[in-house]
Amino acid sequence: MSKVRVLVGTRKGAFVLTSDARREGWEISGPHFAGWEIYHLKGSPVNPDRLYASQTSGWFGQVIQRSNDGGKTWEPVGNKFVYEGSPGTHQWYDGSQRPWEFKRVWKLEPSLVEPETVYAGVEDAALFRSSDGGQTWQELAGLRSVKGNLWAPGAGGMCLHTIIQDTDNPKRFYTAISAAGAFRTDDGGQTWQAVNRGLKSDYELADPDAEVGHCVHSIAMHPSRPDVLFMQKHWDVMRTDDAGESWHEISGNLPTDFGYTIAVHSHEPETIYIVPIKSDSEHFPPDGMLRVYRSRTGGNDWEALTKGLPQSNCYVNVFRSAMAVDTLDPCGVYFGTTGGQVYGSTDSGDSWAPIVRDFPPVLSVEVQTLS
Amino acid sequence: MIRVVLPLQLCNLANVSREVELQVEVPATISTVLDALEVSYPALRGTIRDQVILQRRPFIRFFACGEDLSLDPPTNPLPEEVASGKEPLRVVGAMAGG
Repeated sequence: MSKVRVLVGTRKGAFVLTSDARREGWEISGPHFAGWEIYHLKGSPVNPDRLYASQTSGWFGQVIQRSNDGGKTWEPVGNKFVYEGSPGTHQWYDGSQRPWEFKRVWKLEPSLVEPETVYAGVEDAALFRSSDGGQTWQELAGLRSVKGNLWAPGAGGMCLHTIIQDTDNPKRFYTAISAAGAFRTDDGGQTWQAVNRGLKSDYELADPDAEVGHCVHSIAMHPSRPDVLFMQKHWDVMRTDDAGESWHEISGNLPTDFGYTIAVHSHEPETIYIVPIKSDSEHFPPDGMLRVYRSRTGGNDWEALTKGLPQSNCYVNVFRSAMAVDTLDPCGVYFGTTGGQVYGSTDSGDSWAPIVRDFPPVLSVEVQTLS
Repeated sequence: MIRVVLPLQLCNLANVSREVELQVEVPATISTVLDALEVSYPALRGTIRDQVILQRRPFIRFFACGEDLSLDPPTNPLPEEVASGKEPLRVVGAMAGG
């Protein structure tokens, strides 16, 4: 029988939630690395018991943890992230230039094809690769050569938070950075191009159509259609059908198109999920009602999913890496909140129930479907 | 033998008790103690000082014999009480936040 493993990173540790395919009863393990911020955990698609975790602290810096038994035991691996060559400078909030400085790892993305390869998206924004299971890290510095001097931090820092490997062409990757935009490589990470045509950042950039500088919050892709990407930008929900060459808006009838997270149904490539947040200054759901919005048409037509979610006095946020889907049928959808709840749906979002209610603020949610 | 007292988070990370003992060549300094600590417990690399420039992390402090040694040059000899093992070198996470 299949099993589902939900990996939850929080402000005060990591948790592993496990259930059988019914997804009714959950075994909870954790907190692992208690007291530390866990920005992200993710399992290898090649070896699902190989997990990586980004463990970080304002006092003690960055640690990378690795598990070879599905999260039962962990070992620290390499945590030396050094920018290649002279790091150069990027734009600061006031328009001045400031040197690149490593702060933490936001995202860990194990390779789809190579069991010992894993990618790390870091703040200040850069992409690193390890080919030895996380023991050593090398920067893919070609990314920062795409007008890196014009990148600037978003409110949460200048972070590379999205890494997507093309399922058909493992040499093609997409990354996204706040606030620089989306980028693509077709040669495994040596050379990159900005793929931001069609994004508009009125009031945020001097040139709303600038090649770089856009505050992309997250991107999602369905593995069966790697040229189609869905984006939650700072404001605006966007879509590309040509691998990022051009984007168009699909916000449609959303009550607000500000938000952080976006996900695609595991069996329906035109069904997408977001959690609208009121605005960039009020980081909570509109009207205190926690609603996931689903579009079954690839955008523009959205329906509110409310059953089982609090519909009054709810003022949590859902961060960019805090929503994920399983591959069971019907598709399971999961998301975590800054209030410490992890909600799950076993019917593609029609109804929801909390798996846990009182975790520390949730930073990330990932799901593994295990056979 | 030098005694080093670590903050709880680093004890958990390195899987050691609150105090560890290290063999350090004389004259013992903060630098040589940290060198020995990181060799014995590689998981601590980068958590107390930067791995490249070896600078103390901003919220880490060093105390011994009732004195704050954090701002002293890390190549200064440690007090005799620490070098002889009578007193520990304390690595402390600074109080910060709410």
